[in-house]
Amino acid sequence: MQDSQAHLGRLDELAREARGLALELIYGAQSGHPGGALSVMDLLVCLWDEANPRTLDAGKRQRHLMDHDLILSKGHSVPALYALAQVSGLLALENAAAGLRQLGSPLQGHPDTRFLPWLGTSSGSLGQGLSFACGLALGAKMSELSRKTFVILGDGELQEGQVWESFLFAAHHQLSNLVAVVDRNMLQSDSSTEDIMSLEPLSNKFVAFGWHVLEVDGHDVVEIRRSLEKAHLERGRPSVIIANTVKGKGVSFMENEPAWHGSVAMSETEYRLALGEIAQGRR
Amino acid sequence: MVSIRQPTLVAGSSNTLRDAFGDALVSLAASNPSVLALDGDVAGGTGAYKFRNEFPDRFVQCGIAEQNMVGVAAGLAEAGYLPFVCTFASFMLRGLDQVKLAVAQNGLPVTLVASHPGLDTGPDGASAQCLDDLAIFRAVPGLQVFSPGSPFEVAEIIAARGNASGPAYIRTGRSSHEFREDPGVPFRLGQPRLLREGTDVTIAATGVQVTRCLEAADLLAREGLSAAVFSVHQIKPLDASRIVRSANQTGLLVTSEDHSVVGGLGGAVAQACAGTATDFKIEINGVADSFGQSGDSDELASYYGIGPSEIAARILELTGAEFQRH
Repeated sequence: MQDSQAHLGRLDELAREARGLALELIYGAQSGHPGGALSVMDLLVCLWDEANPRTLDAGKRQRHLMDHDLILSKGHSVPALYALAQVSGLLALENAAAGLRQLGSPLQGHPDTRFLPWLGTSSGSLGQGLSFACGLALGAKMSELSRKTFVILGDGELQEGQVWESFLFAAHHQLSNLVAVVDRNMLQSDSSTEDIMSLEPLSNKFVAFGWHVLEVDGHDVVEIRRSLEKAHLERGRPSVIIANTVKGKGVSFMENEPAWHGSVAMSETEYRLALGEIAQGRR
Repeated sequence: MVSIRQPTLVAGSSNTLRDAFGDALVSLAASNPSVLALDGDVAGGTGAYKFRNEFPDRFVQCGIAEQNMVGVAAGLAEAGYLPFVCTFASFMLRGLDQVKLAVAQNGLPVTLVASHPGLDTGPDGASAQCLDDLAIFRAVPGLQVFSPGSPFEVAEIIAARGNASGPAYIRTGRSSHEFREDPGVPFRLGQPRLLREGTDVTIAATGVQVTRCLEAADLLAREGLSAAVFSVHQIKPLDASRIVRSANQTGLLVTSEDHSVVGGLGGAVAQACAGTATDFKIEINGVADSFGQSGDSDELASYYGIGPSEIAARILELTGAEFQRH
């Protein structure tokens, strides 16, 4: 892991650029999920850096393109991933030009491997990504590969029962090559997670399920990277990183505002204002 | 008069389709190191215990958690393995959303093998008697659906899955039957096999109904009625051409399945016939739109109208008027 100031600065810069581009994609589509795309971005940038995609050859799968697997279980945040792929110079421009959520475009509303196999798995029906990641991690373990599997879950997503089946499975099979990251922005579609179906005490639940639990500021790349290092040193059990984030991070009127979770049409004024704040690096 | 081929009882180690599956999987795994079996604590029931005994390191215990099991299988397939997900048909449906998204939409070579389909499940009663799996899984894009009618067909289908490039659902069976086979009828994946030639009625059967329909054909022969019997081991995609050709000659096509009359083999055949020139009636034999109950497999088959005598009686009823003219 490179920890030079220049590299850390580069990650922050990637996140800033990708936030702007994700909003551009969502504005262009006049639909999409801006709140979660903005909260997850710093996590995504750090995991992307770890997975180390060398190229994103449209027809190839992650195992041919990346050192490690990266699964986005909260599929509605995929504009963040498209944007990051593009600002990293890995997404072919003709793909980006086809637009988000448009007929025939590879930038589908939720990840779809029929269009972009490098996404690892199709997702969007919440609760499924961790199971898929367990399969990848178990496969790597059985094949005695040093490959790791990263999976990003939303916090509202944790209300799906399947997720807890997977938490049992990963601990039982001692998948220490698996790292789950929870984008803990405290909000889901309608309201606070604690109003809809409370998750707390979340950390205790993961501990009880036999996982190595870490908690970080999900917008601090130094902290995120440190937690990943700790996760990699763990033996005999999987790690989960509870990343405390702000939904809508970087745009004042979107921050902590559930209305910006879902498919909201953004006005031009809102879009310009948002881009301006992101460009200034509001933190 | 067309010569009547008589399928014979085939002596073998397995007289249930689930045991045949266990044997076939062991055989495939011996030559293909990518093969894995995933179990949801029902290995003793599905036949997967045979694989566990031979290849404990390639047997993945998933506990009673089918949604996760299907998702894990998809991930293992993405990692380059050939996973077989083994559970009861009713419980496979717990993972339907995962079959759709993680398996089928990703186009991964996961094989879903479901034992305990239909009334064949017997005494466990309605909750375990899956009568809707063929209809439901037929509707999943890109998912091939198989329903073998004998241990021989199970073995052929499992062997073919060694080269799978996409997903499949395979229905086996729980109860013992005196399966009849004709080793002289070649197996070509996807092509219905004509196990008995006949001129008066065409029967297209699947799963354990193949054996029952061969028995029904014996009963009909005593009444002077000659029944052709096809074993349809693949429901989707369905190759109905030979069945339609036969039915155009006999004038009556009866489909038979240990499954709801809604959306299974009968539905698939009727759909295949829609829009093509046909000169025959179609009778869909299966379980009326209802849940089952406890009982012995054959006893239930008789009660719900899919036993050999019931099928023969229904065919005599349908052809009766015509036969009196002969």
